Amino acid sequence: MSVENIIEVENLVKKFGDFTANDDLTFSVKKSEIFGFLGANGAGKTTAIKILCGLSFPTSGKVNVAGFDVYKQRNKIKQNIGYMSQGFSLYDDLTVRENIEFYAGIYGIKRKLIRIRFEELVEKLQIHDLKNKFVRDLPLGWKQKIAFSVAIFHKPKVVFLDEPTSGVDPITRRQFWDLIYEAVESGITVFVTTHYMDEAEYCDRISIMVDGKIDAMGTPKELKQKFNAQNMDDVFIKLARKAENIE
Amino acid sequence: MKRFLAFLTKEFLHIFRDVRTMMILFLIPVFQILIFGYVIKNEVKDAKVGVLDLSGDVMTAGIVSKLDAANDIEIVKSFYNYEEIESAFRSNEIKAAIVFESDFADNFTKEKNANMQILLDASDPNLANLLNAYISAISANYAREHNSAESVIDVSIEPRMLYNENLVSAYMFVPGTMALILMVITALMSSISIVREKEIGTMEILLVSPLRPIQIVLGKLAPYAILSVINAISIILIGNVVFGVPVLGSPFVLLLVSFIFILMALSLGLLISSITKTQQVAMFISMFGLLLPTMLLSGFIFPIENMPVALQYFSYIVPAKYFLIAIKSVMLKGLGLAFIWKELLVLLIMTAVFIGISVKKFKIRLD
Repeated sequence: MSVENIIEVENLVKKFGDFTANDDLTFSVKKSEIFGFLGANGAGKTTAIKILCGLSFPTSGKVNVAGFDVYKQRNKIKQNIGYMSQGFSLYDDLTVRENIEFYAGIYGIKRKLIRIRFEELVEKLQIHDLKNKFVRDLPLGWKQKIAFSVAIFHKPKVVFLDEPTSGVDPITRRQFWDLIYEAVESGITVFVTTHYMDEAEYCDRISIMVDGKIDAMGTPKELKQKFNAQNMDDVFIKLARKAENIE
Repeated sequence: MKRFLAFLTKEFLHIFRDVRTMMILFLIPVFQILIFGYVIKNEVKDAKVGVLDLSGDVMTAGIVSKLDAANDIEIVKSFYNYEEIESAFRSNEIKAAIVFESDFADNFTKEKNANMQILLDASDPNLANLLNAYISAISANYAREHNSAESVIDVSIEPRMLYNENLVSAYMFVPGTMALILMVITALMSSISIVREKEIGTMEILLVSPLRPIQIVLGKLAPYAILSVINAISIILIGNVVFGVPVLGSPFVLLLVSFIFILMALSLGLLISSITKTQQVAMFISMFGLLLPTMLLSGFIFPIENMPVALQYFSYIVPAKYFLIAIKSVMLKGLGLAFIWKELLVLLIMTAVFIGISVKKFKIRLD
């Protein structure tokens, strides 16, 4: 694979019995790119992310993540990726500091380094008064930011964000995207799924999945031109209609 | 290893942070053992005893007056037939009754053997045992004093435990409590703690992390294994020190038996967590699937021999039954490994089966 591509997928197929969840996916994600992975519920996004994260094997096809083969080098992949789920999965009964120490610990980061990076993070997010609070006492927006910081704490090559902004108000969402841009500037590649079409515009490139297949891929601008649409919402609706017509 | 330690630290934080968990872990065992222990009486004090003297000779009168003189026994009634004894037991007037055969003194001198019977209310098994030993000793003593030098003659004493023929020991409360507590802590708590990660979505993150699945499982189970061992030891200690429950067998065998039972319970917890998605379901299954059988069908509270046949068969799949047999043998009878290896084997086979099913379920989910 070329040095530029952090994720390379060729002819990926995943079947559960007779059901084909991922039907012949081919795409690649470049280094430091924000790649939007869009699709309706049940379109096969989650299945694809699980394969990319090394949680399940493809039925067939070639998949490379961070330079490692998904069939043979799953442990190497896991060390080099970050993951944030839609639940902002932190432990409510642990403090912010304990959560971070835990996640950093299971990625094998040395204690001293954890302390240094933690202080940097506190400085960056200005959370001096929050760092020793229990996560359950934090507002949703802060949980989200901290969950993201946890996901990239071990400086992965690529971070997978599974609907990272669901249930958060627009202003907080905007602030969250600032964090994402900051991560990209430091060299991290971002692979993000979202429901919000306005967010799709923030991505460098997007792919839209319908019924297990990638129906459209390109920069937001390209897609809007191709589908003759005002915004991404329009693009999505036109694609969905097409899917219904086929059925 | 360092990753694993980070994981363990987190698990202990969960446990020590949660008041409910701490209560279940440390208060309930102590309360339970104190409540059960309180019910048991350890001393004979003015125990009321009745006498049915079918002989009415000097010797029986001598034995009776000797018993009456003893500090802790009070002869309160004389009977004329067995029916009166029965009704005295039922109205709780007496705890024991002594029956002398007719021609007691004659048999003693001529046949060199006289018979007496002790009837005991074994619904309080501990007291029944003590009284039996007490009355037998005093009577035998009296007989010995009347032995002539050249020939040894004897009084045959036949005790009968009424209302509890098998004399289910009152001491059973220690093994029983252990079975219950170890089951609650290990199976219930470990399954809940695993399912909780699934419920709040952190399990995904753990699986995506470089931790291996086996490390996650071990990290989840290890804290409860450690705490269970501590609990097992403290239950035995409280039983022994506070209530005088004997530990006749080797402490090492006792620990081994407990540890195997804990392993079994952990594998059960793992199994439950692999088939459930929410903490509530896990709790429900543990309560009805584990706690009730452990309490009711293991021989802890009700003797298995007295159960309906269908339930007797069912008791074969209740793990606590084997644990109770094994631990009772070691603790109360002083038996060694040679006598309990079958029970231990059954527990180990159960453990292997549970782990096998869990691993299979886990693989299917990852596929």
